[in-house]
Amino acid sequence: MSNRADVPPSLQPSRAARVLTWLVLALALAYFLGPVYWLVVSSTKSNADLFSTSGLLPAANNAAANYSALMSWTQGNFWRWVANSILYSTIAGALGTLLSVSAGYGLAKFRIPGKGAMQVALLAGLLLPISLLTVPLYLVFHGVGLVNTPWAVIIPSCVSPFGVFLGRIYVESSVPDEIIEAARLDGASEARTFFTVVLRLLAPAMVTIFLFIFVATWNNFLLPLMMITSPELKPVTLGLYGMMSYFNPQYGAVLQGALLGVLPLVALFLGLQRYWRAGLASGSVK
Amino acid sequence: MTITHEGHNRARRRREARTGLAFVAPFALLFLVTFVIPIAVSIRSSFYRAKPSGGGLYGGGELVDTFVGAENYAQVLGNRLFWDGMGRVLLFGAVQIPVMIGAALALALLLDSLLVRRVTIFRLGYFLPYAIPGVVAALVWTYIYSPRMSPINQALEAVGGGIDFFAPGTILGSMANMTTWTFTGYNMLIFLAALQAIPGDLYEAARIDGASEWAVVRRIKVPLVGRAAMLAVLLSIIGTIQLFNEPTVLAAVNPWMGKAYTPMMMAYNSMTGGVSPSGAGPASAISIVMAIGAGLLAAGYAFLQRKTV
Repeated sequence: MSNRADVPPSLQPSRAARVLTWLVLALALAYFLGPVYWLVVSSTKSNADLFSTSGLLPAANNAAANYSALMSWTQGNFWRWVANSILYSTIAGALGTLLSVSAGYGLAKFRIPGKGAMQVALLAGLLLPISLLTVPLYLVFHGVGLVNTPWAVIIPSCVSPFGVFLGRIYVESSVPDEIIEAARLDGASEARTFFTVVLRLLAPAMVTIFLFIFVATWNNFLLPLMMITSPELKPVTLGLYGMMSYFNPQYGAVLQGALLGVLPLVALFLGLQRYWRAGLASGSVK
Repeated sequence: MTITHEGHNRARRRREARTGLAFVAPFALLFLVTFVIPIAVSIRSSFYRAKPSGGGLYGGGELVDTFVGAENYAQVLGNRLFWDGMGRVLLFGAVQIPVMIGAALALALLLDSLLVRRVTIFRLGYFLPYAIPGVVAALVWTYIYSPRMSPINQALEAVGGGIDFFAPGTILGSMANMTTWTFTGYNMLIFLAALQAIPGDLYEAARIDGASEWAVVRRIKVPLVGRAAMLAVLLSIIGTIQLFNEPTVLAAVNPWMGKAYTPMMMAYNSMTGGVSPSGAGPASAISIVMAIGAGLLAAGYAFLQRKTV
């Protein structure tokens, strides 16, 4: 944002322009938040009220009945699905962040043979429509007997070319050579230098990479759809899709499941949003 | 002296390479397992098909991977289902991507302008849909569209109108709206970050020269976010090619959409047996043809972009 104080009065926008802009922005806000509001309201309604009352206003509170319908339909698995999503995304995010930062550090600070080829492979990985890998990944994981295990979701999710790309940019911009040299002169081993000095400097960047991988894992639907068949191993996206295809469901219950299933992610999102901006900025500028 | 120095240098180089490789190795190994090997496996498998061996005319016998040459590819390329799906995805992208990127850019420019003061609520609100997984967003929108509880149709009926969101002629638009809803805020944040990286001096110089706000937008802001916009379009093209979640959820309540509404659905359902010819071979061939198509589209776009800028 340009500094408004610096702007001469002649350039201050007119009142009409300001009101019009505000109106446009508010309409856009209604578009983006409307469905979320509708979801919250509808998750408390019975089927009859969903069909007969205004979608924008709450009706008789049926939330408790919807909740128990949600629990009985999912055979008590609903919170397990949420826990699975948290577990898969957390492990993939943590492992993926370490892998990314370590590889980014190796590429940024060391002269290594084959660096050019690695960068081409990374770029190809970055641009490949990732869903296309799902069928071949299934073939490979089926071959080694890992299908229908958490690893079939976690391992592909923690390999993030974008994470390495971000890791490398962050290492280049926030880990000075002098600090690494100083640690070496102090007699620290390479591993110790990395874990105690480099990682500490990269902490904010690691939060950003963690978020990207965490959200990508949570949002992935095709991969678990292909890999996971046991109900107790499903992540919440897969579980909700299954609920949707039930014959004549209690819609309020499905919608409540959708709401409860995204709450953890939304909380994480809003709580850590400044790290998103950092990541998006470096992703677009460099 | 020089010789030992050189020897020392070489040893140092070698040690540096070893250490660097050690840091890259864990990622490289997993990259091999989750990218390189699956691609190799799927290329091989695209030339094979499971066929019964032994048994008579009506099959029987064990399924054995048999080399079939380019047969799987010929069947994909000769399959109307595949081209219909490709056509839908291309039409979808040709309309949805410009609308989404245009809206994201417009919102970013407004938020970056002198016209508004408090932007946090808008920024967060626009970005929030990105936190909602594609499948869940598709589920919520599908219910919002559904004839019996659509709040949109409730409002339209009050004035005597109504939209059938699930009709064959409108469903692609209904789907485009889902994607636009999810990703506009994300792209807006990218543009906003790029706009805020523009040094303030540039504006000041322009204003001293008497440039209007509109001229500042057109001459400075839009050209300088060009790179970010190009990347966003490229990533959107790649995302559109693999369109799967939204059509799959919509097809759960609209069975007429079939199992091959988009090429990615076709690949998945070939693998799981919902689309014939099924199996790893045909599914791999579809995936590979799609990857090549995506590569050509992306390269074509990058080429055009370079020529026009």
